[in-house]
Amino acid sequence: MKHFTRRKIRGALALWASGAATAVGLAALTAILWTLIARGLAGLSWAVFSAMTPAPGSQGGLLNAIVGSLIMTGIGIAIGAPIGMLAATYLSEYGKDSRLSTVIRFINDVLLSAPSIVVGLFVYTLVVVTMGHFSAIAGALSLAIIAIPVTVRTTDDMLRLIPESMRHGSAALGAQPWRTITQIVYPAARNGLLTGVLLAIARIAGETAPLLFTALNNQFWSANLNAPMANLPVVIFQFAMSPYPNWQSLAWTGALLITAFVLFLSVAARIIAGLFGGRERRVE
Amino acid sequence: MMAMASSTISVELALRLQREARFERAFRLLTLACAVLVLAILGGVALALVHGSWPALKTFGWGFLVREIWNPVTDEYGALAPLYGTVVTSLIAMCIAVPVAFGIAIFLTESCPRWLRQPISTAIELLAAVPSIVFGLWGLFVLAPILQHSVQPWLIHAAAPMPILNQLFKGPPFGIGLLTAGLVLAVMVLPFITSVMREVFLMTPVSLKEAAYGVGATQWEVIWGVVLPASRAGVIGGIMLGLGRALGETMAVTFVIGNAHRISGSLLAPGTTISAAIANEFTEAVGDLYTSSLLALGLLLFAITFVIIAAARLLLLRLEMRTRPSK
Repeated sequence: MKHFTRRKIRGALALWASGAATAVGLAALTAILWTLIARGLAGLSWAVFSAMTPAPGSQGGLLNAIVGSLIMTGIGIAIGAPIGMLAATYLSEYGKDSRLSTVIRFINDVLLSAPSIVVGLFVYTLVVVTMGHFSAIAGALSLAIIAIPVTVRTTDDMLRLIPESMRHGSAALGAQPWRTITQIVYPAARNGLLTGVLLAIARIAGETAPLLFTALNNQFWSANLNAPMANLPVVIFQFAMSPYPNWQSLAWTGALLITAFVLFLSVAARIIAGLFGGRERRVE
Repeated sequence: MMAMASSTISVELALRLQREARFERAFRLLTLACAVLVLAILGGVALALVHGSWPALKTFGWGFLVREIWNPVTDEYGALAPLYGTVVTSLIAMCIAVPVAFGIAIFLTESCPRWLRQPISTAIELLAAVPSIVFGLWGLFVLAPILQHSVQPWLIHAAAPMPILNQLFKGPPFGIGLLTAGLVLAVMVLPFITSVMREVFLMTPVSLKEAAYGVGATQWEVIWGVVLPASRAGVIGGIMLGLGRALGETMAVTFVIGNAHRISGSLLAPGTTISAAIANEFTEAVGDLYTSSLLALGLLLFAITFVIIAAARLLLLRLEMRTRPSK
């Protein structure tokens, strides 16, 4: 009896500790978000969206950085998403479980968690050194390389959810695989594909490390893809490490903007993927 | 007439089929090229880093790995200090994040009220999407001052009479340093490890758990004696995935590490990590040997994280193969 009580007490203590761990973890993460919202909102004003990044001590906004980030993220996803989708199409529709597909899936998973700063170094030696200067296109390229594994992984997963019977039906009507893929499989997996793209955008929008030595930064307005371009993450980094209060305040606001954007995309991706799941069940 | 019409149709059909087949070959080739590009990226990264770091590797040889010196003036570089910082900060992060993630995963899969499970799981997975620069900002502006003014002075005072601890917690409280970087990393990798652990715990066959309850095990005994052993490979895979993240993380660390190229026994001292050194110095590096040494650091980081992530993925892949119902 005594033994049994001891076992019960030990179990209760351990479960209580797991509850406490959850409380600690959630508290830490809430504290971060809370600080971000409080400090970010404090610096939020119309000027943030309408003025250029200021010199130390003067007033300004983040307009050039926001636009720069949008441009580079846009180009990055425009290059990365199609490549990733086509690669996933090969894995799911042609290669299936062949040895080559298995190896590519594995390498893709490794790339998925590889340090992003290494990608920055890669693009630096490949593009920046060759062209002789930092440029927005180099930044966009490094973002594209980070977007590819994310798109490959989600697209592959989503395409595999499409029932085999649909492909067979199309093949029975005499369609070549490419026609089946583009006219049957892609439309059926539309929401899933969109989820993959949204997740990839969310992933690259906040990336800082690979931009540090590819796109660099630019204090002024620039739409020239062949020159350094301002972007939110690097501006946040530079402003936060500075001793000037107005720069630090802008850094928090910029961080809030990026986080809100990324979380919005992640939630949207979840909702769309959920719709996809519902549709999938109806098909079967 | 009839015969002619049907033959034009069959010619047209044959042409159309031919075109379809050509498209098919082209499309297949295009997808294959994109798929192989994934391999090419990995190979390209490795090649570019080896090529870029060649001058440094040739000059310093294997000694690069074990030398602490980092002196742009005399053009002498060694990787030991950043390597030490990377390993120490990641170890601190794992020591904190792994038990907490384990607790959260247990809570979410076993003892949490059902209506709370989904919201907490979703919240944790969303937090994994928060850009790492946010964690760095928080570390610099919130965590570092708290550590500097209250926690570190107390640690130094409390550890002073103890033999080993007084070496670990020694020196002035800077606020920033190895310990702070480790703490920020811990918070950052927590969502990653938690979500992997939660997933593998959920994969435990219910029949196994019910059998254990059937012979009178308490809830905790089922968790510790059945769920954990059954999902051991996945748990280790999740931990290593988190470790891979921590080792390679740049922004969360660069803000709070202090960027000092020296090895200090104290966890409170500023240091540097491989990624922080690259982020801080790369654009300012003048001279080929300096740039090349930073690229060599990048190569080292790439090699370390590749081995760890590959091992983690292999473990998780094997688990997935075993539990996936065959088609």
